[in-house]
Amino acid sequence: MESVIKTEKLTKRFGDFIAANELTFEVGKGEIFGFLGANGAGKTTAMRMLCGLLKPTSGKATIAGFDVYTQTEMIKRNIGYMSQKFSLYDNLTVSENIRFCAGIYGMRTAQIKTKTQELLKELQLENEAKTLVSALPLGWKQKLAFLVSIVHDPDIVFLDEPTGGVDPVTRRQFWDLIYYAAHKGVTVFVTTHYMDEAEYCNRISIMVDGVIAALDSPSNLKKQFGYTNMEDVFYELARKAKRKGD
Amino acid sequence: MITLNKIKKTYNKGKLIAVRDISFEVKDGEIFGLIGPDGAGKTTIFRILTTLLLADEGSAVVHDLDVVKDYRKIRNIVGYMPGRFSLYQDLTVEENLNFFATVFGTTIQENYDLIKDIYQQIEPFKTRRAGKLSGGMKQKLALCCALIHKPEVLFLDEPTTGVDVVSRKEFWEMLKRLKAQGITILVSTPYMDEANLCDRIALIQKGEILSIDTPAQIVRSFPKKLFAMKSANSFELLNDVRAYPETESCFAFGDSLHVTFTDHAETNILDYLHSKGHHDASIEEIEPEIEDCFIHLLKD
Repeated sequence: MESVIKTEKLTKRFGDFIAANELTFEVGKGEIFGFLGANGAGKTTAMRMLCGLLKPTSGKATIAGFDVYTQTEMIKRNIGYMSQKFSLYDNLTVSENIRFCAGIYGMRTAQIKTKTQELLKELQLENEAKTLVSALPLGWKQKLAFLVSIVHDPDIVFLDEPTGGVDPVTRRQFWDLIYYAAHKGVTVFVTTHYMDEAEYCNRISIMVDGVIAALDSPSNLKKQFGYTNMEDVFYELARKAKRKGD
Repeated sequence: MITLNKIKKTYNKGKLIAVRDISFEVKDGEIFGLIGPDGAGKTTIFRILTTLLLADEGSAVVHDLDVVKDYRKIRNIVGYMPGRFSLYQDLTVEENLNFFATVFGTTIQENYDLIKDIYQQIEPFKTRRAGKLSGGMKQKLALCCALIHKPEVLFLDEPTTGVDVVSRKEFWEMLKRLKAQGITILVSTPYMDEANLCDRIALIQKGEILSIDTPAQIVRSFPKKLFAMKSANSFELLNDVRAYPETESCFAFGDSLHVTFTDHAETNILDYLHSKGHHDASIEEIEPEIEDCFIHLLKD
């Protein structure tokens, strides 16, 4: 399998505090990789290093083939990012948001036009192209934010708790989009507090106190720990955490 | 007892209906859950009951006190933990707690028994500013501050949102202990699995109550036979089961699909799936969860 994320002993210290401690893992192309951990386990620090936003203290990592120390600008061009505080502009319309974001990634006007049509169709938002984002329901905003984050066809998209606050049906529709993106070859790196969503990932890692305490497919992890669901696996690992908080 | 009678609340000069004609009761000493996504109207209900917002129509009573006429009295007997962290970020843990105790004319010592279990967990950080606390610790401090005047009723607006599974379990343990002391608790959550920890729940969506009952009774009233289906390729399975003509609903639930059929089609579906290449497909009748019920009610 071709690796698009590759880390070796990736470490970040803040003074005496080791936020992320010797993380070693690989994520393959088109894989849906769940990145789990209790609050304060070091997920955000790890994600920030992988996105080229935070310089590691030691260790190695390449993202889409680019080095996290020296090629952070190239990393940013080749990844997408979406968090719960999604970066849509409320006072721009749906299509303006797509155009703005695509423009930032340097896409050409003709390309943007085709891409906008494609995304609107995927979202079934063709009739809402001229609607202000502020007028959209939360679930649609989430879907739009996701599609905008992959507008430039990145190799990897990072999703930081993307599904908070929506109803169970909308939450599942969001996962349909994640599968759609993965199917097209985009690697999906996702964090969540919903343990049923962990099951939808091809593989998951669980961080505890700055280290990766477990990494495998959901079914293998359940076998390994002898539970029937991921919530129990997670609880077993995370309750041993000594660190509390973010 | 808390009683809401046909409460309606709109925003933007009536354009946005946050809560429409909602009525329900919370009994003394009960943990009552408002379960629903963002925009369901949960926070509006909390703000009306805590006398911070006036309803357009309808009336509400908290422990025999009217939310409009007796708002001052209500404020003395309720504790409120808003969804957004609302303590003083630049006061320390201890200063915040002291502040809230003083405002209510009491002291930390007087009601220490009530908060002891929770406060001991954050006591090592009592000189830290509240703004510098982690999410889980902020949540515990906010709960202490809401409890320090020994309220009769506790309002908790999404106390576990964004909190990990371990802290969520701990938090619900704390609520059980508070209930045992006779405090009535109204709590909201977007996590359907927390519904089972409440005595009774209201499932709400877009300002309306979809169902209100004990979690067990809501599950019992699920009108269809529900099946869990599995196969090695769950994404393909989802598409194939959805394409099956007799499938009524099909949603992913962790590592399996939860499916209902229009007829007794469950007997034939495995043949159909074998023909689609799912040779390891399995089907089993299961008990619905609250989330199944919520999804079912959303469709109607």
